[in-house]
Amino acid sequence: MSTDLESISSSSIVIVGAGPAGLAAASTLTAAGRPCVLIDMSVRPGGQFWRHPGTDLVLASKTKENQGHHHWSAFTQMRSQLEDAARSGLLDYRPGQQVWAIEQDADKHFLLYLTESVRSQGAPRPAPVAVSTLILATGAYDRQLPFPGWTLPGVMAAGGVQALLKSSRVPAGLRPVVAGTGPFLMPVAAGLARAGAEHIQVCDANSLTGWARDPWGAVQAPSKGLEGVEYAGSFLRHRVRMRMRTAVVAAMGDGRVEAVRLARLTRDGSVIQGSEWEIPADLVATGWGFTPSLELPLALGTATRVDTDGSLIVDADPDGRTSVPGLLAAGEIVGVAGAVQALTQGELAALAALSDSGASVSASRRRKLHSRSRRGARFARAMNKAAPVPQNWSSWLTDETIVCRCEEVTHGVLKQMPTDLDAQEPRTLRVAGRAGMGMCQGRVCGFAVSCLGHREGGDRVAELTSLGRRPVAAPVPLAEIAQTPSQLQISGTGAQ
Amino acid sequence: MTEFILDGKPIPFLPGQTIGAALMSAGVTSWRTTRVEEMPRGMFCGIGICFDCLITVNGVPDQRACLTLAEEGADVHRS
Ligand SMILES: Cc1cc2nc3c(=O)[nH]c(=O)nc-3n(C[C@H](O)[C@H](O)[C@H](O)COP(=O)(O)OP(=O)(O)OC[C@H]3O[C@@H](n4cnc5c(N)ncnc54)[C@H](O)[C@@H]3O)c2cc1C
Ligand code: FES
Repeated sequence: MSTDLESISSSSIVIVGAGPAGLAAASTLTAAGRPCVLIDMSVRPGGQFWRHPGTDLVLASKTKENQGHHHWSAFTQMRSQLEDAARSGLLDYRPGQQVWAIEQDADKHFLLYLTESVRSQGAPRPAPVAVSTLILATGAYDRQLPFPGWTLPGVMAAGGVQALLKSSRVPAGLRPVVAGTGPFLMPVAAGLARAGAEHIQVCDANSLTGWARDPWGAVQAPSKGLEGVEYAGSFLRHRVRMRMRTAVVAAMGDGRVEAVRLARLTRDGSVIQGSEWEIPADLVATGWGFTPSLELPLALGTATRVDTDGSLIVDADPDGRTSVPGLLAAGEIVGVAGAVQALTQGELAALAALSDSGASVSASRRRKLHSRSRRGARFARAMNKAAPVPQNWSSWLTDETIVCRCEEVTHGVLKQMPTDLDAQEPRTLRVAGRAGMGMCQGRVCGFAVSCLGHREGGDRVAELTSLGRRPVAAPVPLAEIAQTPSQLQISGTGAQ
Repeated sequence: MTEFILDGKPIPFLPGQTIGAALMSAGVTSWRTTRVEEMPRGMFCGIGICFDCLITVNGVPDQRACLTLAEEGADVHRS
């Protein structure tokens, strides 16, 4: 172990991610008197679900802290418990820090390399942390599909639009089209409506009747049902237009989005001939479900599998134990299933960590959590069945459509990627080979590239893993790479 | 009113807003040009993963506008 490691108490447990899963884990552990370190990229706790502004903005914008939030009291309860734990020294909370690399040393300690998420000049860099029990709760980000014009300013990830509203109180557009698939499009449209947007269109490539394909699963998540009723009311009030089996197939404009082309789709996602029409818009908020943030578990060689939504997830037992001893996972990285499920899994992972270290854990508490988690998983399966990525989405692309935003690799170039190794045309390969190798390291284009490169009978776990494994989990300045983790091969792409 | 300066032009913001949010609020939708096709880019993922919104703040290049808090008088430049 290198000498500049920060030593933390040997009984401490480190949690990465302060979203619903990580917070539930931290409050379960501290309630049991177990010291823990909670590391999170954001400056405030809450993760993607409970993203909220600081007190200064709450006052300045004359809004409430919990505007647009659900289950807010669950959050404030955990927050005040964790504030107490931090005051008593039981919790070491590290907001604004990102784990950019991770490895295991010969003694099976996890070594976490940290960087400030927002660098300031001359600030000392945080020392790496070593720990033997680690809970990863790094959540997910919007899953994207390219379409002609999606690189124009004014096209944004639906979750990003929501994040901007929740943390800065700024609507990304006032004449938005919210498009993609899944129930998450609804809170985004509702948030924009509340912020003053007009003529809002919600386009889902699937049909809501898809929910009926697994009605049993859908009724298992009563709180989502209630939220649905709430959105229906808000949509009526704000005259939000819901369109099923409809997609944004192009965005147009001079230097920014000014209009979009909509099209009606068949069940497999092909455009119905003659069904296209254009409408003015200043924002396209788009999302096709979520992609779990798997870079840290993949770097540790954790076993993974493909979930019902087509995402690569950590293969964990019902308590969150992974294939790597001492490593637990909770929340969206073990399957995209919403915030309530993430809370349940965070608590389960914390209980597993406690029981693995010899503490006694109430069997009935675990049983209750297990049955809640099974219900949550059922709901997620129903949601995934109702809101799949349409099979034929790539038929919306033209040869000029950029697929990899970072490296500006087009669909035309990717298509020329030969399947036969002997026939490789070097330039095409070199250009196409950059897809997924840009600053975002394939987080934005990875899913699409993996679909476009998918071969009949290809192994999806391998295809998704090759795009999900990254030399560093976040680009960092060269100075920080100087504390190079021993087993990592730094390829130089990590430097900004 | 609090302000920072984008290439010489004052941009108002509310305390606690990010630079990206303040720019969008002021109607600025792009602040970077891509290397190959020289196309405009601004905010895309909104949560710090896509690196489309990079901007120079007080001499530090390649900061994510969606994560960086706006500060009074900050000297901000397009990249
Ligand atoms: C942008 C966005 C907006 C969303 N908005 C809504 C909404 O309005 N309503 C809704 O029902 N659902 C929403 N969702 C889905 C919802 O966020 C999830 O269901 C829920 O938050 C999952 O909880 P989690 O604890 O697994 O992960 P998250 O809440 O995603 O928390 C993970 C945390 O880990 C941190 N993290 C990740 N990697 C690292 C690292 N390497 N180092 C340090 N920290 C790290 C992240 O910054 C984040 O704070 C949204 C999702 C996204 C991506
Ligand atoms: S979009 Fe392809 S690497 Fe970022």
